[in-house]
Amino acid sequence: MSDALEAEETFYDAFPEEARVVRAALLGSFLALTLGAIFGIIQTLHRTGLFRGILSSADYYTSLTAHGVFLALSFTTFFLVGLFTWAVVRSLDRPLVNIRITWTWYALMVVGMTMTGISILAGFVDAVDMSADVLFTFYAPLQAHPMFYAGLAVFIVGSWLAGADWFRTWLAWREDNPGERIPLQTFMVLTTMIMWYIASSAVAASVLIFLLPWSLGLIESVNPTLTRTLFWFFGHPVVYFWLMPAYLLWYTVLPSIAGGRLFSDPLARVVFVLFLLLSTPVGIHHQYLDPGIAEGFKFISMTNTMFLLLPSLLTAFTVVASVEYGARQRGGTGVFGWLRSLPWRDPAFTGMMLAGLMFAAGGFSGMVNAGMNINYMIHNTIWVPGHFHLTVGTAVALTFMAATYWLWPQITNKPVYSRSIGLFQVVLWFIGMALMSNAMHAQGLLGAPRRTAEPEYSGFDYPVAFGGFEELNVQIAIGGTLLFLSTVLFIGNLVLTMGNPRVSGLAETIRPALSGPDDAPEVLDDLRIWAGIAVTLVVLAYALPLAAIINDGGLLGPGVGTYPVWIDAAVGTLAEVAVPAAWSLVDALAFLGARLLDAATSGVIA
Amino acid sequence: MHIHAYEKIWLAFAIVLILLLLGSVTYGAIGPGVAMVADSEPQIDANALDEDDRFAEPRVEQVGENEYEAYVVAFQFGFEPSPIVVPENSTVTFQITSRDVIHGFEVVGTNANTMVVPGEVSEITVEVGEPREYGILCNEYCGAGHHAMEGKLHVVPEEEFESGGESE
Repeated sequence: MSDALEAEETFYDAFPEEARVVRAALLGSFLALTLGAIFGIIQTLHRTGLFRGILSSADYYTSLTAHGVFLALSFTTFFLVGLFTWAVVRSLDRPLVNIRITWTWYALMVVGMTMTGISILAGFVDAVDMSADVLFTFYAPLQAHPMFYAGLAVFIVGSWLAGADWFRTWLAWREDNPGERIPLQTFMVLTTMIMWYIASSAVAASVLIFLLPWSLGLIESVNPTLTRTLFWFFGHPVVYFWLMPAYLLWYTVLPSIAGGRLFSDPLARVVFVLFLLLSTPVGIHHQYLDPGIAEGFKFISMTNTMFLLLPSLLTAFTVVASVEYGARQRGGTGVFGWLRSLPWRDPAFTGMMLAGLMFAAGGFSGMVNAGMNINYMIHNTIWVPGHFHLTVGTAVALTFMAATYWLWPQITNKPVYSRSIGLFQVVLWFIGMALMSNAMHAQGLLGAPRRTAEPEYSGFDYPVAFGGFEELNVQIAIGGTLLFLSTVLFIGNLVLTMGNPRVSGLAETIRPALSGPDDAPEVLDDLRIWAGIAVTLVVLAYALPLAAIINDGGLLGPGVGTYPVWIDAAVGTLAEVAVPAAWSLVDALAFLGARLLDAATSGVIA
Repeated sequence: MHIHAYEKIWLAFAIVLILLLLGSVTYGAIGPGVAMVADSEPQIDANALDEDDRFAEPRVEQVGENEYEAYVVAFQFGFEPSPIVVPENSTVTFQITSRDVIHGFEVVGTNANTMVVPGEVSEITVEVGEPREYGILCNEYCGAGHHAMEGKLHVVPEEEFESGGESE
């Protein structure tokens, strides 16, 4: 890692153009966070039955779609592109190849997400004949307005161009630095993006070949098992796409904040390579309970999933070891006494550490989800959102917020408005999530389903364990409220920070690893080999299941309908508008032709 | 590449943990015989369920000594038949399909749980015990009335099942 530049200059000083891109990406991310949090608090109160006055239960699902898309896709991805732009430029110590291309992919992502967002939010307005109440998994044959799918496609293409931008910048760097090891942060960005290209190709195919044409009425039906499988082909690696920026921060930034250094650069590379290889051929573990997929394919997927625990367990070791090293450098001693020497007053440090702690808890509930047979107890219960609010909702989201307290001054030269509010905010998130997620897991064990506006039923009651259903509801509502307050404090603190004057002397140093990259075998840096193996593994895991699904149900499904129907509306309107329009065009051309002929003949005559 | 001794121990521990997890699931499959929902049944035309001899009239049928099959249709927003009535201490195989969108079928408080996909038939086999009433719910979002989608499973004494079967 090149740490020359931070010592005197901030990122803002060294790369003002790139700093602007990073700021724009982070602001897009925080806008999505704000919207997502507003829907989150409404849902918490609605679902638990504490207050159902804001939405009708039918509109709950519009809100849930917005919450999922804005947080899981928009908040995470915009933060990622900002952070990765920073990481590539910082670690290569050179500007992007062409900043206009950078702004182009940023604009594409904004336009795409705006289209998708509008199609979802229109569902709240009865006067507008548009909705996309399909949740962020958009399982056919539930259908969204075509703009929902079109927006997603544009958004994904934007992210592909972003990856290409970083690859080009790296290639340019390699020309100037032949034979040098890829700097660690750039290595992390590039491996993550190779994983993203492989993973998102499936959802792009699903959207462009099936869902978008279907919503436009060009094809009559789709095969629900096929589009679902293509979604989860993308849907599990997307989890690691959210997580890899957090890992990048834990590996490269957290040790330095703790006053130490990363324990081992080579092992960090190994971990990212393992994620590249194993993230994708596991998606079928989301479909353990699907009919139409043979048990053997499910077992293969489970085996891969369990081995995916390995890089996360290695990360747990390396991050804790690096932080401990930092503590001992600061004078910490004893078996656990070193914990006292850490900078707990720093919101960036404490937030990331708490996020890591919760990720461990999320890892354990994830092992339950991954077990093919015990998964039956909790599949599609509220246990599952309980799990992923620990992972993406805390390991990722809290790390992003905490890192912002460290990163924002680097890209603006403005000091954080209040670090004490920041510290309070990250702890509040931890407490709120501990309450909410714990109660969600417990309700899931009682059998309470996820994704529902009213989890209470007329015909039966839930069994009582770990406290009754109602007590757990109260716990969820309190937790959700604390999380909302925490988001308000975060956004408020950031807005006040933006009002601060620019100052100098905010530069932070990222120290190189104890065991440097030269220790790592050269082959680790050969991205072509790893991309090739990753594709091979994906083909091995998916070729047979996909062939079986298409063979059994056909490309366009075994006689399945569309709910609700956007088809007729689209084709009808198209026909009504297009036919007269075509005729008027013919008329106009004829008229123009006649006039031209007139002019020509008169010219000739004259 | 240098790997610290502690890290090697940790790595070994991680691999053992992973193998234990895989082992426990494998044991669950061969030992207690926990089977997955799989592709055991062929595809079906979701728009023509009324022409299918199982799903035209959703019902419970005796197929062997103490063995029953329950043919269940999930739809926006309910299950048919409701209640599903089966005799105590029997083996029940559910065959469940959907006539519209993707649903879930969960017998609350048990591990009888499956996705229900239009065009596919989900098959799960369970052992039922003493007479008892269970709730059934849909655990996959299926449209604006999703939260109202529920059903019932009644496990009844042998005699009651016989007489109920005749009167129906």
